Amino acid sequence: MAQSPTPKALTRFPRRHLLTCEGLSAAEINFLLDLADKAADHFRQGGPKRDVLAGRTLINLFFESSTRTQASFEMAGKRLSADVMNMNVATSSVTKGETLIDTAVTLNAMRPDIIVVRHHAAGAVELLSQKVDCSVINAGDGAHQHPTQALLDALTIRRAKGRIAGLTVAICGDVLHSRVARSNINVLNTLGANVRIIAPSTLLPSQPDRLGCEVYTDMWKGIEGADIVMMLRLQRERMEASYVPSSREFFHFFGLDHEKLARAKPDALVMHPGPMNRGVEIASTVADHSRSVIREQVEMGVAVRMAVLEALSAHLLNSTPSSGGDKLS
Amino acid sequence: MSPHNRSLDKPMSAGKATVFINARIIDPATNRDEPGGLLVKDGLIADIGPHLRRNAPEGATVVDCKGHVLAPGLIDAQVFTGEPGYEHRETLKTASHAAAAGGVTTMVVMPETNPVIDSVALVDFIQRRARDNALVHVHTMAAMTKGLKGEEMTEIGLLKRAGAIAFSNGKSSVANTRVMRNVLNYAKDFGALIVHHTEDPDLAGNSAMNSGEVAARLGLSGASKLSETITLERDVRLVEMTGGRYHAATISCAESLDVIRNAKARKMAVTCGVSINHLTLNENDIGSYRTFFKVRPPLRREDDRVAMVRGIASGDIDIIVSSHDPQDADTKRRPFAEAADGAVGLETLLSAALRLVNAGEVTLLALLKAMTINPARLLGLHSGRLVKGAIADLVLFDAGEPWVVNKDLLRSRSKNTPFDEAKMQGRVLRTVVAGETVYEYAGVERT
Repeated sequence: MAQSPTPKALTRFPRRHLLTCEGLSAAEINFLLDLADKAADHFRQGGPKRDVLAGRTLINLFFESSTRTQASFEMAGKRLSADVMNMNVATSSVTKGETLIDTAVTLNAMRPDIIVVRHHAAGAVELLSQKVDCSVINAGDGAHQHPTQALLDALTIRRAKGRIAGLTVAICGDVLHSRVARSNINVLNTLGANVRIIAPSTLLPSQPDRLGCEVYTDMWKGIEGADIVMMLRLQRERMEASYVPSSREFFHFFGLDHEKLARAKPDALVMHPGPMNRGVEIASTVADHSRSVIREQVEMGVAVRMAVLEALSAHLLNSTPSSGGDKLS
Repeated sequence: MSPHNRSLDKPMSAGKATVFINARIIDPATNRDEPGGLLVKDGLIADIGPHLRRNAPEGATVVDCKGHVLAPGLIDAQVFTGEPGYEHRETLKTASHAAAAGGVTTMVVMPETNPVIDSVALVDFIQRRARDNALVHVHTMAAMTKGLKGEEMTEIGLLKRAGAIAFSNGKSSVANTRVMRNVLNYAKDFGALIVHHTEDPDLAGNSAMNSGEVAARLGLSGASKLSETITLERDVRLVEMTGGRYHAATISCAESLDVIRNAKARKMAVTCGVSINHLTLNENDIGSYRTFFKVRPPLRREDDRVAMVRGIASGDIDIIVSSHDPQDADTKRRPFAEAADGAVGLETLLSAALRLVNAGEVTLLALLKAMTINPARLLGLHSGRLVKGAIADLVLFDAGEPWVVNKDLLRSRSKNTPFDEAKMQGRVLRTVVAGETVYEYAGVERT
């Protein structure tokens, strides 16, 4: 029933986990984007479900609540015929005091094939990956990484602009707390884009220039001539912790409205990883404008996650349902 | 780049010309100190120099300065008023009359009012009230944290745009280091000046005066100088990390001056001020619990006062402020420990400062520098200098005339001066704001 793994995938994406975008080569990223491109076209044309992951088990383990990412992974898994299980962590043993490692060991004993993990602590997903035998996909760990988001953003850009190299991408907002920003900076830099980050100094990490970006604290300057304007979500807690004084002031100086967008290239695209705070980091009229590709990003999310699952499935050889290592015997 | 809203400026007198002849012209910005004259047209300085010493252009009103000093009007960067909220102590109007009588042509009012000036609407309120009621130029600082509570930063970008000239936390320090770092870091993006009162609130506690022998004898709890210096050192470290512009509002001891000197030696954008009280008084003046000498920071020892004066002479201390802080009998006629801090100072600022010159402790040029061009540069104002085209904000004063302060004659609504019945040498004869005379010494005091 399981398809034979493509040797091509084995060599072109030689990884068992997808934990971070840091260190992914351009070839690896392009391989995933090509796969995702095909998946997107396949389903746009109403293609049937594929059986790449038939007989495989995919666990969505979300320690942090999420609607779209979890749904997107579930959809991607099901389109590849995996058995998808959503672990509702809020009602699980985690709230009874179980440590992350105990949870990992417990899940591992159930012999899943792939675990998709989101956790509020940076590095937690990598820690978990060291304790299980299956493949692990990072669906967001603290302010560290969210690899599939960066890949879907890259795919959205590539499909709209035909290329990524040479484009100027302005990432604007709460860079300090954003795993989306960190992942995107890695992927876009690797693919040859000029990446700018725009934020008030209070929302920039220290030594932001070391991330390989141009840094702006004035959005009017930072957005000048950009091909892509990528907005980040500003969480309400940032106001209480005095990173910024108010949503009103933040919108005035760092929110994307038509006035600021006019400084970007005339054909600039507007992106947002969602969920949006309308009137805080982005004006409603901009979010719903024809230059906004926010809905395409959601569609590409499913395609990219299918591509990642497919690429990782090539490494599941030794854990097929019939042949798993029999540690219990 | 004028930081204030031009439409709210004092109207300039149009079409009129006034010439000040026979003056000793002192302009600290250009180190000018020479006999000469100055011509004012349309509210601006139209001409200046020795050639105007005796020659009045035709049609101009002539003011004979009789050899007295004509200097840029003083800029006082720390004035507390009671408007809004405590109008019985002082309004913008009464403070501006006191300012005019003291030779102060620009005063910067503090946000420590009720409500606190921490929103755009309140900055606008101050500007409009000042425009309609004040005799001199008024700028307002805005609060750097909401309600001056030291917890959440204010809308620094929007407030600056509305005309806030700098950001202050009033008479309290931001104790939370993370908040202070965020404020400095955020303000930097907008080029906003942070003016901070430096005093560790936990260390200072409920102290009534400087800690030391006098406090011990009087049985009052004392605040160590350390509470000031520790906060200042912390701030300097934060500025080193974040960048940005930082001004220590009023330092009061030699140790703090060392911190400032070191920061300046490292080319940091750090400046500091001192109040006239700490240049001319010390803790011994408190005598037997005289609450008019209770100020914040507290009066220190004589050697600290001397260090402050030397700081002015050397230029390490950038500006002198009056720290004018009107308090009424309700808040001052109390046991020393329970009395409010603060002393009025606008009207006596220059006379008290001239004590230092007359005692040979500092030159007139160095003194005036700290009250004219230095605060102008700090605050980004175009005044504070005597050059062609500059706004005609002027003070004419007799540097040597002896007189005795009578608190009942002060124009300030509150009379809490530490200089009551003090002998002064030197007084303001005339104050000019944008070419208009707003104060003229009548020769005989009202009674």
